[in-house]
Amino acid sequence: MKRHFRVWRGDASGGDLRDFDVEVNEGEVVLDIIHRLQATQTPDLACRWNCKAGKCGSCSMEINGKPRLGCMTRMSTFTEDETITITPIRTFPVIRDLVTDVSFNYEKARETPAFAPPPGLAPGEYRMQQVDVERSQEFRKCIECFLCQNTCHVIRDHDENKPAFSGPRNFIRAAELDMHPLDDRTDRKEFAQASQGLGYCNITKCCTEVCPEHIKITDNAIIPMKERVVDRRYDPLVWLGRKIFRRDQLESAENMAPSTTVGVAGTSGGTTLGASGVPHSSVRLPESAPIGPDGRMDVAELLAPQQGGLSPFGEDISFPLPPEYITYTHPERDKNQ
Amino acid sequence: MSTAIERHLYDVVVIGAGGAGLRAAIEARLAGKRTAIISKSLFGKAHTVMAEGGAAAAMGNANSRDNWMVHFRDTMRGGKFLNNFRMAELHAKEAPERIWELETYGALFDRTKDGKISQRNFGGHEYPRLAHVGDRTGLELIRTLQQKIVSLQQEDYAETGNYESRIRVFQETTVTELLLDGDRVAGAFGYYRESGEFVLFEAPAVVLATGGVGRSYKVTSNSWEYTGDGHALALRAGATLINMEFLQFHPTGMVWPPSVKGILVTESVRGDGGVLRNSEGKRFMFDYVPDVFRKQYAETEEEADRWYTDPDNNRRPPELLPRDEVARAINSEVKAGRGSPAGGVFLDIASRMPAEQIIRRLPSMHHQFKELADVDITKEPMEVGPTCHYVMGGVEVEPDTGAAFGRVQGLFAAGEVSGGMHGSNRLGGNSLSDLLVFGKRAGEHASAYVDTLPARPKPAKVDVAAAVEVALAPLVRTGGENPYTLQQDLQVVMGDLVGIIRREGELTDALKRLQELRVRVANVSSDGGRRYNPGWHLALDLRNMLVVSECTAKAALEREESRGGHTREDFPKMSPQWRRVNLVCSVDEAGEVHLDRKPVPRMRDELLSLFERSELTKYMTDEELSELEAE
Ligand SMILES: Cc1cc2nc3c(=O)[nH]c(=O)nc-3n(C[C@H](O)[C@H](O)[C@H](O)COP(=O)(O)OP(=O)(O)OC[C@H]3O[C@@H](n4cnc5c(N)ncnc54)[C@H](O)[C@@H]3O)c2cc1C
Ligand code: SF4
Ligand code: SF4
Ligand code: FES
Repeated sequence: MKRHFRVWRGDASGGDLRDFDVEVNEGEVVLDIIHRLQATQTPDLACRWNCKAGKCGSCSMEINGKPRLGCMTRMSTFTEDETITITPIRTFPVIRDLVTDVSFNYEKARETPAFAPPPGLAPGEYRMQQVDVERSQEFRKCIECFLCQNTCHVIRDHDENKPAFSGPRNFIRAAELDMHPLDDRTDRKEFAQASQGLGYCNITKCCTEVCPEHIKITDNAIIPMKERVVDRRYDPLVWLGRKIFRRDQLESAENMAPSTTVGVAGTSGGTTLGASGVPHSSVRLPESAPIGPDGRMDVAELLAPQQGGLSPFGEDISFPLPPEYITYTHPERDKNQ
Repeated sequence: MSTAIERHLYDVVVIGAGGAGLRAAIEARLAGKRTAIISKSLFGKAHTVMAEGGAAAAMGNANSRDNWMVHFRDTMRGGKFLNNFRMAELHAKEAPERIWELETYGALFDRTKDGKISQRNFGGHEYPRLAHVGDRTGLELIRTLQQKIVSLQQEDYAETGNYESRIRVFQETTVTELLLDGDRVAGAFGYYRESGEFVLFEAPAVVLATGGVGRSYKVTSNSWEYTGDGHALALRAGATLINMEFLQFHPTGMVWPPSVKGILVTESVRGDGGVLRNSEGKRFMFDYVPDVFRKQYAETEEEADRWYTDPDNNRRPPELLPRDEVARAINSEVKAGRGSPAGGVFLDIASRMPAEQIIRRLPSMHHQFKELADVDITKEPMEVGPTCHYVMGGVEVEPDTGAAFGRVQGLFAAGEVSGGMHGSNRLGGNSLSDLLVFGKRAGEHASAYVDTLPARPKPAKVDVAAAVEVALAPLVRTGGENPYTLQQDLQVVMGDLVGIIRREGELTDALKRLQELRVRVANVSSDGGRRYNPGWHLALDLRNMLVVSECTAKAALEREESRGGHTREDFPKMSPQWRRVNLVCSVDEAGEVHLDRKPVPRMRDELLSLFERSELTKYMTDEELSELEAE
């Protein structure tokens, strides 16, 4: 049976949605349709994929406006007369068609200090209990599809925040190392706050919603990281003092590579600090977390009127959108950047 | 069209960013060499990501009687004694160190009660031996190595102010040609997939870690990357391939729905009571028990069913025969017209046990079918068939160093692209450990080789120009054939004629058709420009797939016996004479494939003495046995 598809085609200089009628067979997923398009109508349609089983995180795209893995989106989830609109993930610059330049994520990962092996333990001598590794193991399930990064409103349509914000994927990396039973560093939270832009996150949970690995990014990583940072430096003045102190400390430590509070400023787009020691941003300063009188944060879903965070698309919209409502134009790269 | 070529100078270039490539690169960087890693897909997404079960290493955490000698024995048995014994020995000895090392890079394996790395059982391994993380061990392995590389880059940054001063990853970059200076490797030529621009890596040593060849088959668990590039690059550079006739087909891959064609269905479905049925609803495996196994397997359904609860007093159900037997049986049923609509057979667990029990015993399978296929395995049977999974054959290497044989120097290979380690059949879990052991060795010896060179070899300008021309050809040509059609045709030839069961007539036919395809591939053309154009990329991969397929077909026709991953219907028995022979492929200047016989190296006596004599008689010729006697 033929079904109607609209696929964004173009490159950094622009493009538009093209209409296609494609044969769809029972049991297929969206990625199958893209492969059929390549084999029959558009051999040069660009799209990333590898495993076709939701294991590699290559095939991220937006399907009817929703960030999804193409290989894990079954055609049977759409009604038969529905038009399916496929666009590239929006937060990163388009290279061609559905392929975007995701190097931002690799750069930010490189600015996050690596695992620090415990001194004095030889290979083979590591002993850890299953219960203790499980928390970090949850975050290591990440397949680096970058759908969470794509969804987070701090950088979606806000390129200007990118230098200062590492995004949920890297928050869970910091949390993973923080919770690693044998990691030798104790400043993972401070790092997340000072150099990854954790303060920009206001716990909307959109990242958790789109994660195909069902990692509880907000509840299990971001909130605990914020809480403990809050515990330690509730008083902003003390915090500033301590932060400067930490920076000295960091700079003198061994193997610290780029992990100073200034990140790797200048070279690969780390945070640039103003005179006050706070990152510049044209939009707004990092918000500190909403802390209650007890010095802790609310666990959002217990108090909020609804479960989970607000939809990044607004609460009055439901998916899939009728095609005539999709006014997709790909963001142009800022020529002055 | 611009034919500008970006130039880079490195000491060691590693082609492939899977487990083997990353481990080799780490070692080269630790040896102080400027290292480049090249990968067709994004960093951290190579095929290794898909491995589930685990990595085999005789750490003895689950059973203290396990040690390298037991692991060595299992590996040789699994490969039906055709393995390169020295590789199997090194692998068994070094795997534990390599796994422990991963922990110092930050890996988090599942743990035993006393806090050590937990190890699980797997087919062919005498003791629980596979280090694992749930069912995503490959992901853990590749992510750990990826993060180790990042940590080395951070060290370099601290020292030099540049992350990429000693080790750089070129992602989404495909190498199409190796360049030589005389017989020495001088570099690699390729293109950036993103831009289509060309890039030349000048380097005295190249490590191939490009993985396998499964994309030449219709039904495969392998991704688009597996087009045998490394195999073909090695051949064209003057190296040789061995054991190319041995491909591992897993008997139960999904065949329906099309979106998941080839994806594995774990063997524990059958272990837990799943049965195979044909389109007539018949449990056909009872008709396929070979004489040698007759005594161990049940003859009636009643007896087979009793085995699950009382294995001591009943014989095993025939669904649990070795992988090759089951695959063969499924194949025969389908050929006889009793297959399922999608060309497989039915694997039924729904009618065998209550739904909640299925969900409890097989949670990941239940989830996999639900998420990927919208099939509820507690209600419907699964459709399954053999799927091409792993190639045992590959670049013939010097066991200790990973250096390629043949006339070329400075070429190294590790991982699935290398041959010999697994003989005629690989044991589950032995691949991930193989990547680490031989990846490290290849990186180390490539670095040492660079130090021995008096001068850097230089690639010749004409060779570079020729490589540019070959790469651009499909774009320049107009009106040629569509690469996707050609790939499908190749997959049909390989799947139907050089598949799991082989016959002389079909193999001869296959070789003829491959010749025809070769003419058509030489004439392939692709629309579009150079920017991220998958049609063009496929057009360039086709010639690699073709030459590798030809090696497989030729070797399969030559080897007149059945052993491990090579089954000849006309020669159904394993032959001790053939165990002494390796088939070695090479190509000449004109691109023709040649096949030579080479003796399998004789195992050292102290290793031989690890086996009972009665076991050796199953594999060895009388002549070999009497030689043993004489000693
Ligand atoms: C579904 C599945 C499950 C498996 N489960 C297990 C298991 O449980 N245990 C086990 O031990 N093994 C398992 N295996 C086998 C194992 O995963 C592979 O054999 C192994 O990962 C191969 O690793 P590699 O490093 O050799 O190559 P890969 O990880 O495949 O990497 C190949 C690399 O080479 C690059 N490349 C290829 N060609 C070029 C080129 N022309 N130019 C540039 N770069 C190139 C690719 O981009 C890629 O980065 C499984 C395999 C599959 C398919
Ligand atoms: S919770 Fe919201 S703001 Fe915070 S990282 Fe996730 S998507 Fe971004
Ligand atoms: S955390 Fe989830 S959504 Fe984000 S990159 Fe990892 S797998 Fe993807
Ligand atoms: S192709 Fe790997 S996640 Fe979709």
